[in-house]
Amino acid sequence: MEPIFLVEAAINGILLGGVLALLALGLNLIFGVLDIVWIAYVDLVMVCMYAIYFFHVAFGWPIWAAGLVSLVAGTLLGVGVHLLIISPILTSAPINQLLATGGLLFFLQSAATFLWTTDHKTVRLSLPSYEIAGIFLPATRIIPFAISILAVIALYFFLTRTYIGTAIRAVSQDRDAMSLMGASPQRIYIVTSAVGGLMAGLAGALLIFQYSVHPFFGGQFGPLTFMICVLGGLGNMVGAFIASFIMSEIISIGGVVISTEMGYVIAFVIFIVMMFVRPGGIMAKRE
Amino acid sequence: MSRGRLFAGALLVCLVVAPFLPMGGMQQYVLHVAIQIFIWSFIGQAWSLMGRFGLVSLGHGAFLGVGAYTTTLLWNFYSLTPWIGALLAVAASVAIAVVLGIPCFRFRVIGHYFALVTLAVGEVIRLLIIAERDWTGGSLGASLKTAGTASGLWTLQFADKRVFYYASLGMFLAGLWVWDRVDRSMARSALEAIGEDETAAASVGIHVTRFKLGITVVSAALTALGGVLYAQYISYVNPDTLSGIGVSLKIVFAVVLGGMYSLMGPLVGTALTTALSEGLRIAFGLKFLGMAETIYGLLLIISIIFLPSGIYGSIREAIRRRTAGTAGVRS
Repeated sequence: MEPIFLVEAAINGILLGGVLALLALGLNLIFGVLDIVWIAYVDLVMVCMYAIYFFHVAFGWPIWAAGLVSLVAGTLLGVGVHLLIISPILTSAPINQLLATGGLLFFLQSAATFLWTTDHKTVRLSLPSYEIAGIFLPATRIIPFAISILAVIALYFFLTRTYIGTAIRAVSQDRDAMSLMGASPQRIYIVTSAVGGLMAGLAGALLIFQYSVHPFFGGQFGPLTFMICVLGGLGNMVGAFIASFIMSEIISIGGVVISTEMGYVIAFVIFIVMMFVRPGGIMAKRE
Repeated sequence: MSRGRLFAGALLVCLVVAPFLPMGGMQQYVLHVAIQIFIWSFIGQAWSLMGRFGLVSLGHGAFLGVGAYTTTLLWNFYSLTPWIGALLAVAASVAIAVVLGIPCFRFRVIGHYFALVTLAVGEVIRLLIIAERDWTGGSLGASLKTAGTASGLWTLQFADKRVFYYASLGMFLAGLWVWDRVDRSMARSALEAIGEDETAAASVGIHVTRFKLGITVVSAALTALGGVLYAQYISYVNPDTLSGIGVSLKIVFAVVLGGMYSLMGPLVGTALTTALSEGLRIAFGLKFLGMAETIYGLLLIISIIFLPSGIYGSIREAIRRRTAGTAGVRS
């Protein structure tokens, strides 16, 4: 194996990790506050990707406008999922909440099949590719990476510097204490779901640069996203950010050295083993 | 109770003679649907053995896939009879359950975490099947080599669908029996206590790991058997339809829809979803691909929100409440 391929795989891993981090942080934000894993999270991303495809390719809107549509669609979907599905069952068993969002996954996948068929839809953007020391760096990978890192920084400032962000962190630390202080968690839940949905919309806008969209797109990134969240520690934002890069590097390098499937297998097996060794995630302190 | 038993007996007689009723050209199709319902109900029952105690596995596709692929590949490459193949398939599936279960239960991986770990296992098996494409045919799947003239009891290949009908009916009834045995046993009380609170259960002397591992092994073994029968019947295996997140969720959803805390819940759920997809397929053909699943997904969300114990479970609860009410008035 030429070492240059390994370097290229490592760089691709970092570029993939940026977008994965966006997905993982959105899901993890919702988990931290609501204590629910939205199994259908990446399927919301899939719907946003279809939104961009239709607005850009079919209606002829410029790509940035279609991207804004995707952000709006993601936010509305996030709020909708919370109001229609999560809030009626907020107090029932956690597993029922998990399964309800699983039902949503099934619904979105089949509705997309029904409405838009199983054809792969691609948004073609003619962007340049750069070559540095024999390594090809396409702009379709660099731009999403840069935007997602900016978004992660923005999320960080939102959570630490704004009033509502502080409230979100407070709820995720102790839900009961928050209501004892006289704050209504319901408003925080809606804002959190909206921000989570916005992240899904942004992730959709960035993923369409590199991937074509089809109804089963969620299956491609969904399991991986949950695993990153758990590996980083459910609700732990810094952990999820680091875990995204660990997983993307394993997949990218494993994919080049052995095969694509084996890259994923290794990543998943490491996840399973980590669950036994460090169930609280990589950032958790040992008990 | 005796009336219920009489009804069940009559239903069973109907099911046994059903393949010999004159149905004309419809017979093959009706048998095919019935076989599907029995096999998937059986797999659903196997899942609900764990699910009802809070051990929600999203990776039963792993056991299903191992079961189906073991017998199929052993037959294709070594012409080994599926009887021995099934034994090996169950052994392999139990081995996975043990290797996964011991650390899971010792390190207290429960709730969300258990669901996500099992989901990862299901995906690992699916990806391994795809990666080993020289053997397994990769994502294109593999067909069961036909036995030709040797088809029969030894090779477990039959041209007559009725044989599979009786086999799947028998397996389904055996599944009911296992479910009932667990339901009446001490293990049920122990597992319910564990599901409520592990620490409290351990403090009254319940061996938490042993009970959980026991039910997981039983569930995995039965699921593998279901996979074996399904592969023999369809005579084609595919990683996406037999393992991974898709089929795992399908198993879970049919059971949740029917009701995972009741004996007949898995059957009701499977029959309902099968009837829905077949009905829409007949009504609209392939024109509306995905519409059956769309309605199914919607039903699922609604039933989880409004009927948390499933359709059959909720009906049964309502009946019980009514009879209990009238009995109270009488006394």
